[in-house]
Amino acid sequence: MKKLGKIYLALVLLFLYVPIFVLIVFSFNETKSRSVFSGFTLDWYVRLFHNRIIISSLVNTIIIAVSASVISTVLGTLAAIGINGMRKLPKAVIMNVTNIPIINPEIVTGVSLMLLFVFFAARMNLEFGFVTLLIAHITFDVPYVILNVMPKFNQMDPHIYEAAQDLGCSPLSAFRKVVLPEIMPGVVSGFLMSFTYSLDDFVVSYFTSGSTSQTLPITIYSMTRRKVSPEINALSTIIFIVVIIVLVVKNAIEKRAAVKSGQVKEG
Amino acid sequence: MKLKYLSSPYLVWMVVFILVPLLMIAYFAFTTDSGSLTIKYLSDVGQYANIFVRSIWLALIATVICLIIAYPVAFILSRMDKHRQGTMLMIVMLPMWMNFLLRTYAWMTLLANNGIINHLLALAGLGPVKLINTSGAVVLGMVYNYLPFMILPLYSVMEKIDGSLFEAASDLGCSSSQTLFRVIIPLSMPGITSGVTMVFVPAISTFIISRMLGGGSNLLIGDLIEMQFLGNSYNPHLGAAISLVLMVIILVIMTVMNQFDPDDQVLM
Repeated sequence: MKKLGKIYLALVLLFLYVPIFVLIVFSFNETKSRSVFSGFTLDWYVRLFHNRIIISSLVNTIIIAVSASVISTVLGTLAAIGINGMRKLPKAVIMNVTNIPIINPEIVTGVSLMLLFVFFAARMNLEFGFVTLLIAHITFDVPYVILNVMPKFNQMDPHIYEAAQDLGCSPLSAFRKVVLPEIMPGVVSGFLMSFTYSLDDFVVSYFTSGSTSQTLPITIYSMTRRKVSPEINALSTIIFIVVIIVLVVKNAIEKRAAVKSGQVKEG
Repeated sequence: MKLKYLSSPYLVWMVVFILVPLLMIAYFAFTTDSGSLTIKYLSDVGQYANIFVRSIWLALIATVICLIIAYPVAFILSRMDKHRQGTMLMIVMLPMWMNFLLRTYAWMTLLANNGIINHLLALAGLGPVKLINTSGAVVLGMVYNYLPFMILPLYSVMEKIDGSLFEAASDLGCSSSQTLFRVIIPLSMPGITSGVTMVFVPAISTFIISRMLGGGSNLLIGDLIEMQFLGNSYNPHLGAAISLVLMVIILVIMTVMNQFDPDDQVLM
């Protein structure tokens, strides 16, 4: 039974990884063939780094992801603090609306924002591009920050905030010294989550970006619509390696933190 | 200090960029260009009934396949040694961190007529088989892309199930299939319901997978919406009407799913 489980798990992992590995292998292929490996080359990588459109859309993606996730983290953390102090009914209403961008299909979020931007574009001096993209990203990022921060308030003892004030803290410094450290893990994970969602988003960006401001996923999409180019394979390989490095580092940091706080014994 | 005012910037944002756009969808669906009320566009949606049926059907098949594949994976993971679980879960989830378009592109190259699968089949004296631009390829793409969304919620529920419950069940005379149907499945129901919604919603509304793997012959609801907004047949009114119907379908399915969920909790 145990052995059967291992075989099953191995088969599923094979299903998940084989397509990616084929992509990686063919990024080193001399010809454009998708089935025969004729010889080793690094040409596609060289071309990739000389591809202006890819480099500029990568820079654009990073600028958007950083600004959207920073703004969302501030907006979302303030919102969570405020919502936490509300009574039950307004709290429930706001949380339900906050859930909409998470539950709704991405395409609906995308086209609904597009309708709004078209409306503004016709009446004001708004163009599809960086601004609309940033607004769209913040809109789907903030809910993740709020959902990450809110549970931290529920875990916190509300009396310590009062105790800090009784012991002579001003409300602001009590907040900074007592509440903020308690909710910080939620703020950090909310930030990281919205950063990765922004980095990776295609559907919402597709409907809200103009021709002036392309993100990497949009560039990838237009590349896949055109001729076969092993540059995409090279790009995939680089992204895959970056992902592995990030996840391994993240895991190591988490493990160290867990060992430090004594939750997990060295094993 | 009134802390609740700190949320006001977000509340303004929420109204302007979440609620107003949704109301605009409803407004566009029910009005013409000149602004008069109409149900023409909603009734026009009826012409695309076959596309709706196909989308629901393919998304349903993909969801069921995901559930069947993911359930044992989540169970095996949840019964591993604690310190190996984290690493194994990371390995299972890692492909999900690759951009979705690249993962779909990978299958495009595998399934292509001159792709590696047909090449191997030819070496074995078989084929060529038409793999890409079929509805099967679309389902495969859905399963491949959304499988981790099913594994994760199932795993997080099963991980909390106490293993001694299985021993108790067998001590009390349960066969292993009885243990599965009377103990494991009922206890993992919240994971099943949230896994099903997390796979079904993106699957029914995708337009990338159908476009990249389905060719032009396997249009889904997502393609239909995209065509009304960015395609040749620019018609935001019809697009809004289709979006509205799509939201209603999803709402109905989520309500049905919630009936199976004992504590009505949403797992992320």
